[in-house]
Amino acid sequence: MSRLQVVSGKGGTGKTTVAAALALSLATEGKRTLLVEVEGRQGIAQLFETEALPYEERKIAVAPGGGEVYALAIDPELALLDYLQMFYKLGGAGRALKKLGAIDFATTVAPGLRDVLLTGKACEAVRRKDKSGRFAYDYVVMDAPPTGRITRFLNVNDEVAGLAKIGPIHNQAQAVMRVLKSAETSVHLVALLEEMPVQETVDGISELRSASLPVGRIIVNMVRPEVLDAADLELVRTAPRTAVARSLSAAGLGGARRGGNAERLVDPLVTQAHEYAERHTLEHEQRAVLGELGLPLHELPLLAEGMDLAGLYELATELREQGMS
Amino acid sequence: MSPNEPDPQNAPHPQDSSRHRLSPAHVLDLDPLLDDPKTRIVVCCGSGGVGKTTTAAALGLRAAERGRKVVVLTIDPARRLAQSMGIDSLDNVPRRVKGVDDSANGELHAMMLDMKRTFDEIVEAHADPERATAILNNPFYQSLSAGFAGTQEYMAMEKLGQLRSRDAWDLIVVDTPPSRSALDFLDAPKRLGSFLDGRLIRLLTAPAKLGGRAGMKFLNVGMSMMTGTLGKLLGGQLLKDVQTFVAAMDTTFGGFRTRADATYKLLQAPGTAFLVVAAPERDALREAAYFVERLAAEDMPLAGLVLNRVHGSGAAHLSAERALAAAENLEEPGIVDQGDGKTLLRNSPDTYDSSEPPASDEGSPAATDQDPTQQTRAQQSHQKQDQERSVEQLTAGMLRLHAERMRLLSREQRTRDRFTARHPEVAVAEVAALPGDVHDLTGLRDIGDRLAAKRPELPETEATEAGA
Repeated sequence: MSRLQVVSGKGGTGKTTVAAALALSLATEGKRTLLVEVEGRQGIAQLFETEALPYEERKIAVAPGGGEVYALAIDPELALLDYLQMFYKLGGAGRALKKLGAIDFATTVAPGLRDVLLTGKACEAVRRKDKSGRFAYDYVVMDAPPTGRITRFLNVNDEVAGLAKIGPIHNQAQAVMRVLKSAETSVHLVALLEEMPVQETVDGISELRSASLPVGRIIVNMVRPEVLDAADLELVRTAPRTAVARSLSAAGLGGARRGGNAERLVDPLVTQAHEYAERHTLEHEQRAVLGELGLPLHELPLLAEGMDLAGLYELATELREQGMS
Repeated sequence: MSPNEPDPQNAPHPQDSSRHRLSPAHVLDLDPLLDDPKTRIVVCCGSGGVGKTTTAAALGLRAAERGRKVVVLTIDPARRLAQSMGIDSLDNVPRRVKGVDDSANGELHAMMLDMKRTFDEIVEAHADPERATAILNNPFYQSLSAGFAGTQEYMAMEKLGQLRSRDAWDLIVVDTPPSRSALDFLDAPKRLGSFLDGRLIRLLTAPAKLGGRAGMKFLNVGMSMMTGTLGKLLGGQLLKDVQTFVAAMDTTFGGFRTRADATYKLLQAPGTAFLVVAAPERDALREAAYFVERLAAEDMPLAGLVLNRVHGSGAAHLSAERALAAAENLEEPGIVDQGDGKTLLRNSPDTYDSSEPPASDEGSPAATDQDPTQQTRAQQSHQKQDQERSVEQLTAGMLRLHAERMRLLSREQRTRDRFTARHPEVAVAEVAALPGDVHDLTGLRDIGDRLAAKRPELPETEATEAGA
């Protein structure tokens, strides 16, 4: 099991939710996980229903069985000052750089450097050990940028190592890449059973592979329950309207005669069934496309009541049962 | 409709009085916006995965087919959509989209933004050839321009400025980049400005401009210490690369800033309309609310909210609870096996109606489609029983499906109401959900129709709410 679990996915697929559920599911039996947010959206805080996270590792949840989940929202600017302090003992100079606008420059105008800091900070947490030599975190789960940017994001240190051919930045970049390209890292992609997210997943995987980044699993999120099976869908096309009307009437929904309450429900219900059938077929096709990728595939259900903290624990249990953690 | 009837758009919904919720938001009427010759730029913004690109393309197509000369600037369209519009090749210039109905004399052009190319073009246009080559070959420039996050925002704004200044189209529809904080494109010019005005750039350019030791005289001790620090940090070669890059870009950057400022002002000017795109989901609408507030703070003209993928139901008067109860009725063993003659046994809230014997198969149009003469009575009765049974199962399934739909509907409505409560001033256009994806002009046209349908609000779910 890789110690750095990176979760990416197309926007809107729920990668923050999946990352959080994964962090929870990994924190069993006294294990400790760190959930890292890099996009500054405070999605983790909203999910765990806590106030905005500062740039500081803090405990946000206790997993069933006593494990702990810590969270960290990485602020690039503070991460840079942190780095300067940690690696180059540049406390005062760091403040001077800030005055000059160098920090702004590094974290905004040259956004590649921002990614260097974000990945660097996550790798630092992976490698950190306490005084007894035990890893500070058993697992680090990163809520990463979307699929379209993930390869470049993870690979930014390669580019930096190429730019800065010697010196501390070069060494640091190489150290980060060693973690990211090793079996210590696993990059998971979250998809939905829709055409665009699936296409992005397929493209994302081939990009990750060509950059020699370790691809982990595919997590299909928000899977709708099967309400009508194949036989039902066949019957929707052939069943006489009157028979359906009679059934509705039998169920207590009014008269089955033309114009009766039950009879008037037939058309809208059949329309919804046709829509369901169309979506069902699309989902089936998309599931097949994902299946061809030959990666472990997990499915998480769509939560009928929307996403909340209880739902998050539900998804974590689901991931654990499916052997993801 | 009688001529005295009020405009249907403003007519109260027949069931308005029974609704337990906030007054509906204004309806965003998109056709007048698209038709108005004074509307020159429409910017679609919103978080990722809400259908921003599709909305931009659909609006562009609709405007073109209503007679305007439109160009759509997309950032990262889905491959099949790009192919269907003929813009899947990256040449960074707008292309005429084929298959558009031009009976109203409109035209649709579309392009996909190529960041690196746009950046290169700026350099080539604003530096002399020798300097341009130096910049283009600078390794620091190469990584910066190749599309690090953030560069997209500058380039999208730059391209918008270019398209606008060519004045070859009367409407530009822009899709914004899927940024981490999706309004980065608003900050781009300012950020660049503060960088250019900052002391850092002077520090970086001074040695290169003045050359070696002579330059050092102009720097105070702190500054020279900083150069040393930067050198230590970045490695000597990278610092040199950065310095040459910044020095070479100095003039280009200056011009860029002027244009970025101009584009920013263009966005604030009348003639620009921002549309915030969202889906009726909590996160997407939370982002949308943030956008609305941010746009207001920047004096950017907001036309309204486009709410994609809104679900409806033709049977919205049947609540989730009743549908589920009915499904359970059908699935209860011992009852389902009984023929239609026994339906009277069931406890129906609508007994006044269902006490009537249901229409017989013989009399119904659907049943006459089947030819009973070839079957024996026994077979017929057996088959009929089987079919009745599976039809009951199907009906139960459809009722469960409906219950699910109604739950979704009321969740979407709650989410939207929360947004409306916070921003009652924002006009909303709702787009009914499609079962599949859109990847051709027909699909875009359909979305366009749905966008302009002025669907007043989500379908009724008062039964669910009042019954709870």
